[in-house]
Amino acid sequence: MSTLYSFHGGIHPPENKQQSTGRPIGTPPLPARLYLPLNQHLGNPATPCVAVGERVLKGQRIAKADGAVSAALHAPTSGTVTAIAPHAYAHPSGLAETCIVIDADGRDEWQPRQGFPLWQSTEPAEVRRFLRDMGVVGLGGAVFPTSLKLASTHLDTLVINGAECEPYISCDDLLMRERAADIVSGIAIVVRLMQPKRVLIGIEDNKPEAIAAMRAACAGSDYQVVAVPTKYPSGGAKQLIRILTGIEVPHGVRSTDLGVQCFNVGTVYTVARAVEHGEPVISRIVTLTGAVARPQNVEALLGTPAAELMAWAGQAPNSDGVIMGGPMMGFKLADTAAGLTKAGNCLIASSAELFPPRPPAMPCIRCGECADACPAELQPMDLYWFAKAKNFGKAQERNLFDCIECGACSYVCPSQLPLVDYYRFAKSEIWAAERDKKSADRARTRHEFRQFRIEREKTEKAQRLAEHAAKTAAPQATLPTPTPVATDKPAEDKAAAIKAAMERAAALKAAGSATPAVQSEDAKQAAIRAAMERAAVNKAAREAAKEAGASSAAPAPSDDAKKAAIQAAMERAAAQKAARGAASLGLPETPAAPIVPNNVLDDAKKAAIQAAMARAAAKKAEREASEAGQQAQPAAPAAHALDDAKKAAIQAAMERAAARKAEREHAEAAPADKAPTAPAPGPATLDDAKKAAIQAAMERAAARKAARDAEQHRPPQDKDS
Amino acid sequence: MHSPHIAKPTTVSVIMLKVLAALLPGLIVYVHFYGIGVLVQLALATGTALLAEAAMLKLRGLPVDFFLRDYSAVLTAWLLALAMPPLGAWWLIVVATLFAIVIAKQLYGGLGNNPFNPAMVGFAVAIVAFPAQMAQWGSPTVPLHELEQLAYIFTRQLPPGAALDAVVSATPLDFLKTQLLLGDHSVPELLARPLYGHVAGIGGEWIALGYLVGGLFLWKQRLIPWQTPLAMLAGLAAVATPLWLYDPLHFANPLFHLAAGATMLAAFFIVTDPVTAPTTPRGRLIFGFLVGVLTYVIRVFGGFPDSVAFAVLIMNIAVPFIDHTTQPPVFGAKRKGGSA
Amino acid sequence: MSGLLLALAIMAALAVLLGAVLGFASVKFKVEADPLVDKIDAVLPQTQCGQCSYPGCRPYATAIAAGEADINRCPPGGEDGIHKLAELLGVDYKPFDEGAAQPKPKSVALINEELCIGCTLCIQACPVDAILGSAKQMHTIIASECTGCELCIAPCPVDCIRMVPVGTTLKNWKWDYPVIPIASIPTKAA
Repeated sequence: MSTLYSFHGGIHPPENKQQSTGRPIGTPPLPARLYLPLNQHLGNPATPCVAVGERVLKGQRIAKADGAVSAALHAPTSGTVTAIAPHAYAHPSGLAETCIVIDADGRDEWQPRQGFPLWQSTEPAEVRRFLRDMGVVGLGGAVFPTSLKLASTHLDTLVINGAECEPYISCDDLLMRERAADIVSGIAIVVRLMQPKRVLIGIEDNKPEAIAAMRAACAGSDYQVVAVPTKYPSGGAKQLIRILTGIEVPHGVRSTDLGVQCFNVGTVYTVARAVEHGEPVISRIVTLTGAVARPQNVEALLGTPAAELMAWAGQAPNSDGVIMGGPMMGFKLADTAAGLTKAGNCLIASSAELFPPRPPAMPCIRCGECADACPAELQPMDLYWFAKAKNFGKAQERNLFDCIECGACSYVCPSQLPLVDYYRFAKSEIWAAERDKKSADRARTRHEFRQFRIEREKTEKAQRLAEHAAKTAAPQATLPTPTPVATDKPAEDKAAAIKAAMERAAALKAAGSATPAVQSEDAKQAAIRAAMERAAVNKAAREAAKEAGASSAAPAPSDDAKKAAIQAAMERAAAQKAARGAASLGLPETPAAPIVPNNVLDDAKKAAIQAAMARAAAKKAEREASEAGQQAQPAAPAAHALDDAKKAAIQAAMERAAARKAEREHAEAAPADKAPTAPAPGPATLDDAKKAAIQAAMERAAARKAARDAEQHRPPQDKDS
Repeated sequence: MHSPHIAKPTTVSVIMLKVLAALLPGLIVYVHFYGIGVLVQLALATGTALLAEAAMLKLRGLPVDFFLRDYSAVLTAWLLALAMPPLGAWWLIVVATLFAIVIAKQLYGGLGNNPFNPAMVGFAVAIVAFPAQMAQWGSPTVPLHELEQLAYIFTRQLPPGAALDAVVSATPLDFLKTQLLLGDHSVPELLARPLYGHVAGIGGEWIALGYLVGGLFLWKQRLIPWQTPLAMLAGLAAVATPLWLYDPLHFANPLFHLAAGATMLAAFFIVTDPVTAPTTPRGRLIFGFLVGVLTYVIRVFGGFPDSVAFAVLIMNIAVPFIDHTTQPPVFGAKRKGGSA
Repeated sequence: MSGLLLALAIMAALAVLLGAVLGFASVKFKVEADPLVDKIDAVLPQTQCGQCSYPGCRPYATAIAAGEADINRCPPGGEDGIHKLAELLGVDYKPFDEGAAQPKPKSVALINEELCIGCTLCIQACPVDAILGSAKQMHTIIASECTGCELCIAPCPVDCIRMVPVGTTLKNWKWDYPVIPIASIPTKAA
């Protein structure tokens, strides 16, 4: 018999366990529908590996572990996956979580069960992987993937937690009473994996039957069953380790670093079931108690809606909700449709008689009761003060994160303060602040890098230009320093944006009536084309602008610039008109859509797109010209550059005119075509539309060519100026 | 409402009522020796405290009824009444109580937020502002009957034939100090006078015993920690003993100091006031000990022989600092395995 | 008389000495960069949205440090941000201006990939390089890096970017500030 230690604080709330220990573990009827949240364990949610509509067998894996800190999920019964969608979830937030929904077929048909018979001789890592794939997680409440906890070897002490200190809960008690043998085989597997020097099974002394059953099952082994004094929260892993070994595991330190590891009896039981029988974790023992007619423990399938379990236990009509977990640390289910999870050790039907509302809270009088009760040896009243004042830094300084939220402080508080709520609030605020800080830091770094990159690109470009200019200007040896181009960019961007938006509008409208798939395809293509074109025009324009800037040293403003500007304005007006025409043409199309033959639509669409593109090009050129003109005012622009711009503008204008014509033609054709009663459109109109489109395309090509020419001519012009 | 879903039914009111109950033994002995005047003072203080508290709560927009029923104002009033002269003028106790409740308690934010012990603030204000009235302690063997006491409290009129000196006298501590200053007598001589009874004055020692009984009840009920009272008494004795051993003619024996004045009342009911005392175990020891030391120092070397109030108030200032520097190590930060 | 002179002399000497020490310290321990700007920048949310009318968070921080800008011009920082700045700078809290941009729930941009034409304009606009894509390729937003600055919305030629509020998920859900049914201690008693 080993010596027992004690931990500071703790409380003795009414146990209320006897209600549910009178009956053996029952089996509720197979539920019709199971809701299995993917996020049943600590770490990454599992990744579904079944599709909706798929038939699954009992024990079949339906979601894979995602990474090391995760666990798999299995079908608790045979049936059909009917959905993978958000559903009510057992969480204090009441938020929905993605669940795999299985409609049971009632046959409860197992898939072939494959255990791991060679666990004695295989690499421990293999067994751990097997357990992860079997979905074994800590069933004591933390639902930490067991495979990770098994990773240390040569422990000093292995602690098996059968303390079960929280009031009302008796699932571990019944498990130990009825299935001690399986628990002990599970311990044997864990012992083989972790090689501890000794095994201590801690059970609170208010469960004599469980202690006796475990002692009987452990006979012949050197596992020690230790009765520990009943005191909440002796079932906390750290507290139990302290009681049994005297070791205090500080916050942030792994117990294995101190040579101890702790497993819940429920967990080792599932280890045995998985390894020896090939049964994944698809059910768990859960205590149904509180305001129910037949309080008892049941082995319930995971995913069983809490409401069904409570109904089966005979939830009293005056019950006002269901608490998942114990009365000290559990939470009220926001929606009792939530499925049972691996963490769900107890469901308590609450009622005003069992859980009367707390008397109104008073101010804290610093009586220190909470500090006397705190098993983490904190000063809860100070933490309360800091959390209340949102002084989170101070709270953290006073070891807020050592708080295990056991609720002992709140239980004893004579001022009836919901202390734990304040700590939870403070913790989640601190976590949120840390998240924000992290993302702000990342944003800052990314922003700074971006600025650095832009700066670098700018200098590189300037350098390139300078080199280039130096090369070309070398013979004459006089050359103004190339002005940085960057200043022009925003304006250009904006222009491009406007243009493109107009294009898009036109394209969208034209495409509006086609079937969705075709529409998006066409629109996309049109958009891509438009963008390409725009890019070309852009380039030309940029060059022109550059030139204008470069030549600003020369004197004499010119009529040309003015003229170009006027022209541009006129063109713009025309383009706008055309756009308006296109828009009005687009609208009536929609109702007629289904009847209109596809090719007509396509043509109309194309024409519209092209028109928009042409218009955009024209506008672009015009703006370039006006920009060039503005820049030229203080100084003389290079004649050639202006000429080029002018040429481009004129060309664009021509294009626009053609496009407008096409549009107009099309518009004439369209109303007739689009009328719901209209027969198939005449071939002539179609042809015309097509022709217009072709023309527009040709024009576009010409414009592009002009632009390219202008570009090519630039260097010599530079030299001239 | 989140977890925990269950809670102990203890409330602040229950605690306060128990403390009031614990005052009863001392109170009964006090009344026995000093007469009905004590009860008059008690009633005056309680009434004033409740009225002042209600008015302040109303002004602060808080539920009056709810907070009055925490009985904290009553407790303050009782403690103050027990510290004031039993035959003091009615307005003296009223002013002191008003100060305690309005300024020292409510203006600081009410229950739980006052840094200074309200009763001690009231007492200190009274003794600083009205030293003459405060010096007129009732005589333990008061020669007045009940009605005469009442009349004296409210009208300051003594019945014809009664000499003021017979009715009121200085407190034993005050008397001792004055006599020692005059230098005519040594401490043992003075303590041998009938005024001083067995240890520290007729009645006084019995009253102290009453408070001790009440304090032990509170400790047994886990309503007060053992550290603060014990440390205070130890602090007092720790200074008194060596000095008494060094010069018994000039320094009274430690037992006298423990039993005299409001030492016992303070040790079990004043320094244990949770709001104004430290919350850490070590902090409570330090706080109590220093209150004890200061009580002695001010009593013997300072200007106010009834020094407990000042010792407590001075140490109240230091409470946040004491708390800050005496934070106990958390679970795992000490002992076996803690360093890993 | 001599006492007075002596006192005067001592005071004068002290003044000279202390002045010298201060002068020396200001030269010797001169801080090059203004740490205040860094501190302010650390408080700002780094959305780089420009809603403060400065081109980014750091320029705004610089402006605040120089006393040129008010502390209430950062909507993404919210009221909390103003409180923090007020505390840092030792000035009074100031609410957001009536007409000015108001804080709104955190959102991230989402590109409608059906409509995106691959123009790269949003990529150029994004202050934190949170948009992936290249010319003529569909773009997408790295939601985890998006600061919700909305700077990409305006340049998009096809209006295919919209802001999607970041809802409450299990990852970012927070416990509420406990509400005690009775006003036990008013936090801001007048």
